Amino acid sequence: MTGRKRTVALAGLFGVGLASLVAGAAWAQEFVDLPHSGQMDLHHPATPVMERLVSLHTGLLWVISLITLFVLGLMLYAMVRFRASRSPTPSTTTHNTLIEVAWTVVPIIILVGIAIPSFRLLYYMDRTKEAGLTLKVTAHQWYWTYEYPDLQLEPIDSYMIKEDEWKKFSDEEKHIRPRLLAVDNPVVVPTGVNVRVLVTSTDVMHAWTVPAFGIKQDAIIGRINETWFNVTKAGLYYGQCSQICGKDHAYMPIAVRAVTKEEFDKWVASKKAANAGSPGSLTDSRPATPAR
Amino acid sequence: MAYGTHAAHGAHEHQDHVPGFFVRWFLSTNHKDIGTLYMVLAATAGIIGGAISIYMRLELMNPGVQLMNWHENPGHHWNAMVTAHGLIMVFFVVMPALIGGFGNWIVPIMIGAPDMAFPRMNNISFWLTAAGFCSLVMSIFIGGGAGTGWTIYVPLSASGHPGPSMDFAIFALHLAGAGSILGAANFITTIFNMRTPGMTLHRMPLMAWAILVTAFLLLLALPVLAGAITMLLTDRNFGTSFFDPAGGGDPLLFLHLFWFFGHPEVYIMILPAFGIVSHIVSTFSRKPIFGYLGMAYAMVAIGVVGFVVWAHHMYTVGMDVDTRAYFMAATMVIAVPTGVKIFSWIATMWGGSLRFPTPMLWALGLIFLFTIGGVTGVVLANAGVDIALHNTYYVVAHFHYVLSLGAVFGIFAGFYYWIGKMSGRQYNELFGQIHFWTTFIGVNLTFFPMHFSGLAGMPRHYIDYPDAFQFWNQMSSTGALITFASTLWWVFVVFHTLLAGRRVGANYWGEGATTLEWTVSSPPPFHTYEELPKVTAAAHH
Repeated sequence: MTGRKRTVALAGLFGVGLASLVAGAAWAQEFVDLPHSGQMDLHHPATPVMERLVSLHTGLLWVISLITLFVLGLMLYAMVRFRASRSPTPSTTTHNTLIEVAWTVVPIIILVGIAIPSFRLLYYMDRTKEAGLTLKVTAHQWYWTYEYPDLQLEPIDSYMIKEDEWKKFSDEEKHIRPRLLAVDNPVVVPTGVNVRVLVTSTDVMHAWTVPAFGIKQDAIIGRINETWFNVTKAGLYYGQCSQICGKDHAYMPIAVRAVTKEEFDKWVASKKAANAGSPGSLTDSRPATPAR
Repeated sequence: MAYGTHAAHGAHEHQDHVPGFFVRWFLSTNHKDIGTLYMVLAATAGIIGGAISIYMRLELMNPGVQLMNWHENPGHHWNAMVTAHGLIMVFFVVMPALIGGFGNWIVPIMIGAPDMAFPRMNNISFWLTAAGFCSLVMSIFIGGGAGTGWTIYVPLSASGHPGPSMDFAIFALHLAGAGSILGAANFITTIFNMRTPGMTLHRMPLMAWAILVTAFLLLLALPVLAGAITMLLTDRNFGTSFFDPAGGGDPLLFLHLFWFFGHPEVYIMILPAFGIVSHIVSTFSRKPIFGYLGMAYAMVAIGVVGFVVWAHHMYTVGMDVDTRAYFMAATMVIAVPTGVKIFSWIATMWGGSLRFPTPMLWALGLIFLFTIGGVTGVVLANAGVDIALHNTYYVVAHFHYVLSLGAVFGIFAGFYYWIGKMSGRQYNELFGQIHFWTTFIGVNLTFFPMHFSGLAGMPRHYIDYPDAFQFWNQMSSTGALITFASTLWWVFVVFHTLLAGRRVGANYWGEGATTLEWTVSSPPPFHTYEELPKVTAAAHH
């Protein structure tokens, strides 16, 4: 399928109206962050937080692999060298102060070496002081509601595409909007902007998660939790609810569409126009999608 | 041998006055019989909990919901199975096997005590645990099961769970918790007051140290759980709002209370296994344990530090960043005493004269696999990195490496080490080794790929997953089937041992086995010691 055809198909799927068409054209060739079969590592970072997280994890992986291999090596050596047939008389050594001090102090040094970059990451990822945009995420059993408190947009509900609807997708559509990850309304955010995320819940605990952003924040009734991201690369990013929340825990994915600032402004304008066109009813203001 | 007397010879056996079947097994006040009862409970619950995990792994073998479709509400059914698996394995398999089973059976003999300090309390500890298990099993069948995970987080376990299932599950924890608190008081009293003359605390075998530290953890942690779930019960049924923000409560209060119990709980499960491994490594190296005092106090340190790290389970709940930094630092500290234990075991082997019968294989398996679980624990301790890994399969892999491959390997190690002592009949070495190797392959095939699916972002507690995760899930499910087949093989080994095992004498492991249980007959007389053994400075632990 050519890009143009896909654009048309996408536009058809995503909604009606000029705004959606324009947006659809931009989104058709977009980067899509998906787990792949046999994946053995973290997602590719799409934010500075995740970049630092991945690099710390890579460092940790080296450290723990070497420690594990060291322990395995010692065990195998002892098992071979000191087997009864080769070492018939056991030694009677039961103390060695020097070595006991060494295996206490060396791990402490390693742990301090881990802790320093780890604290740095922890404090860096905590929150942003200069947010360009605030996104409020409200969790429900079993969907998400997104609001932009500064932009006077109507709240947007985001549900998973049910399997029988999903089966009607084209193959290409199925690839970029996979089963259990595809949602009707991905939340739209601008790239290169510090987005403050406020997370809460109206019922049980949920967790708003986007692996490529290095974000996982529990949604708890009666509390507003804060986190942040700054997407460096436009694209479509997926995550899944990460706190057991009842029967449809596996069926409330998260999809974030990161677009350039200009496209985001256009999108906001089109949403406002759509809202103005049909004041009052929330349902009417949402783009019609096959899923809803 | 430094022990003054040998309590065991055949003559004692006719003075034993073994009671009849009903009195012996239902009204038992004998620590060995109660230990056996605990083990039977643990084995039964283990088969049930294992069968549930196979049921779940088969469901996860392929994307989509295939197996649980028979249920009107597959998503909830899945959650109920996860919860049942977790609670059964924690409260009714690992704890009864290690503490109630091996602790009851072996510790009084090891410290030269004629029985536990409070034999009747010992009996009610067991029956409360058994009643708790019944209550938990009922919760699965009444009202569709409690689908909250073993952590029973509010509000899902409160407003999110109408119906009696949750109440039965909570009551199960109350019963099992009460049983464990009584058992803990019993162990502490026994170990402090009933050691035989000459058995000072610093000459006490490491298994007794492990059980002592575990008993203190139980005594301090379980009342907190009991309080939390009692508040949960009144929130659910009597209109209180301890955890409901609408009434001024706070869900996070429950999480803090739960993990104040829950984190020591994981050490409660692993410390007795550490004790068992120390004895086995020492026996089959024919060497006393290296750095005995360091080993004992490492366990004490793990116990103490284990109480101040609980919120590392809660890095994503929105705690203040300084609080997270503290919990991260405190958590990392635990790696130090744990490292001391690992290295001391290797140093015990160093220069020894090593044999590798089945119990030694399980012990070595535990040391290596616990190391893997330990280092992934260090990764998870990093509050920043944990954001990517929290509630993914990486965490599932981590805690199964320390529990399923740590504590459970400890249980099997203890079983093969002491079954001859307990039953008077020895297992078949080839059969035991087959069990070890099939389990070793099976569990690694099950749990190692979970690290990868976790890194790739697959969340826990999911009945269905995006198709991309199929590869590792299929591997895990295959491993689980191998493990379960191996466990059924173990059931056969048990019956083969009890019915057809070769009869063994007092010390069938020979020179390396130096603790007091090897001075009494196999099985020990109904009343182990008619005269207390005397312990002198030499050969201990």
